[in-house]
Amino acid sequence: MPGGGRLAENVVRFARTLRAAGLHLGPGRAHGAVTAAAEVGVASREDFYWALHAALVSRADERALFDEAFRLFWREPAGPLAPPPLPGMRVPPPARRDAARRAAEALEAERGGARPPPRVKEVEGVLLAWSDREALRTKDFEQMSAAELAEAERAVSALHLPLRDLPTRRLVSDPRGGRVDPRASLRAALRTGPDAIPLRWRSPRTRPPVVVALCDVSGSMSRYARVALRFLHALGRDRTGVHAFTFGTRLTNVTRQLRSRDPDAALAAVGRAVTDWDGGTRIGSTLREFNLRWSRRLLAQGALVLLVTDGLDRDAGHGLAEEMRRLHRSCRRLVWLNPLLRFAGFEPRASGIRAMLPHVDELRPVHDMESLARLAEALGAPRSRAGGRGRGTTPTARA
Amino acid sequence: MPVAPPATVDETLALLAAGDYVADRSLATALFLALRLGRPLFLEGEAGVGKTEIAKVLARTLRRRLIRLQCYEGLDLSSAVYEWDYARQMLEIRIAEATHAVDRERMEHDLFSERFLVKRPLLQALEPDPAGPPVLLIDELDRTDEPFEAFLLEVLSDFQVTIPEIGPVTAAAPPIVIITSNRTREIHDALKRRCFYAWVDYPDAERELRILHLRVPGVAERLSREVVAFVQKLRARDLFKLPGVTETLDWAQALQALDRVALDAGTVDATLGVLLKYQDDVARIRGAEAEGILREVVEGP
Repeated sequence: MPGGGRLAENVVRFARTLRAAGLHLGPGRAHGAVTAAAEVGVASREDFYWALHAALVSRADERALFDEAFRLFWREPAGPLAPPPLPGMRVPPPARRDAARRAAEALEAERGGARPPPRVKEVEGVLLAWSDREALRTKDFEQMSAAELAEAERAVSALHLPLRDLPTRRLVSDPRGGRVDPRASLRAALRTGPDAIPLRWRSPRTRPPVVVALCDVSGSMSRYARVALRFLHALGRDRTGVHAFTFGTRLTNVTRQLRSRDPDAALAAVGRAVTDWDGGTRIGSTLREFNLRWSRRLLAQGALVLLVTDGLDRDAGHGLAEEMRRLHRSCRRLVWLNPLLRFAGFEPRASGIRAMLPHVDELRPVHDMESLARLAEALGAPRSRAGGRGRGTTPTARA
Repeated sequence: MPVAPPATVDETLALLAAGDYVADRSLATALFLALRLGRPLFLEGEAGVGKTEIAKVLARTLRRRLIRLQCYEGLDLSSAVYEWDYARQMLEIRIAEATHAVDRERMEHDLFSERFLVKRPLLQALEPDPAGPPVLLIDELDRTDEPFEAFLLEVLSDFQVTIPEIGPVTAAAPPIVIITSNRTREIHDALKRRCFYAWVDYPDAERELRILHLRVPGVAERLSREVVAFVQKLRARDLFKLPGVTETLDWAQALQALDRVALDAGTVDATLGVLLKYQDDVARIRGAEAEGILREVVEGP
């Protein structure tokens, strides 16, 4: 049985392992864990487990990783505890294999092995003259050469998006506001004397809306997806509250990957994280996954949802209408960005498209720079939508 | 007399059990550490698994005052911490005017004294209490916005609030803080870092049965077993909103009110709305699916 010093040292080492495996924790947390471990002791493996859990884990999705790391770390001969895992210990099931790999990698304290090469193709930068750029404005992304696409992507990255702010229920002082600020008025009254109380005003503060983008990365969309991801990166660069997902056959959250300031680095990171590029599309099942796992966490604050897809569904729209309806009811505004709209005679014939159409607030083309710029304008403009939609299903959703 | 906080994890379990709360060991350990080390306890979990109840049970068993701050979007200083009683302040000014006793300096001092202060939950929690530090329940923190979270961070790290006109108010003994979140958004790490974290999961069948016995006494043994088994099976389904423990208890009560002693297909269909709160889910389960689950439940695995 090692002394307290030894235990503390091991706990700190364990915390470091967890950090290497990707948990968010600093020295403060590690210190908390040492105190917690000392408080509970090592007599019971289960209590020790949960004590470290309480001190080191701070999000639900870190639980699997913690569990795996705990198993690996405290099994080592150097560890102060007996090897057999406790029966009846509840183990959170999700993402086990991934967590196991990450925990093991972190424990080895080695490099994570060879990463797959970035999938985003390198294009030599060619600066185009202004006239070329004008021509590019209305050229379809699909028909662009690699150099033109690179130029377009640069232009997209430079887009600034004036999103219209939402009013909150919080008030700030505002001389032109519509509500009396009693506190400020009273203070003013004290200053001017008691004959009259000069009124001070306040008005609701505004905040930018949360934007959630779901971007189709299947084969038919691959070009547009790249540009769309650039667009999302540009969106997230100026503001917080932008969440991005890609979907093809499975749903991937790429918000973290897009956070890098450098658009190329961000896209390369996305390329590594997304495993279903250029595959098929299963819109229904991926939307279902989004609805089940993410919608309540991301859409509760009146989010704007951008759905970037051509609506060509491998499952032929099976179960799609239901999921679209759910998605539509959970967000403030659902905008479908569809590159197929570039065709003048576009008719919603595919069953997937027909299933989705009734459930979007707005349908917009995204096949060239012009349409992207117009989208940026539309997002900033006041909303004009014929009413008729009921209240959202989440309590905070505004009709 | 205030009850001393538990000294071991087992005592914590016993304490919760005394308050009719059936906790698992992970929760008891986190709670024990929070009480022992004077840090807030951050509880996350699906709706209806008994997060709020912990604070209530704790206040009851430790005989402390329970101060509840229900969070909502736009929660601000004046409804969370303190507000001045403007109406009375104005009245005071008018009275001073009428009696011609206007002394600017004195008046300002008097108007912003504790006499005109309306104390809201966070400030109340910092006040000394003869029964020992109160239990402060900050419920559904995920419903507020980030600015409030940032403010809370300040309060929770020093247990101190500054009122510009009066000065800092510091708690003599820090309150027992329980924060709950339904995870409709992620709470900032900076706040969570100051807390002990516990994920409150759906209970297993055995624990849920014990909870049911404690909370809804008098339900027929067969019915309670069937109710728990049915709900447990329902949680394995792919539903938009899984039924929580609260729903189990509600359902048992509803069935009791209907004088049922066992589940049958008709009753299940008629009362499904107690368990499932989304029409999609109800439509999915009602009928054949419910009958299937019921058959498994009645015949056993």
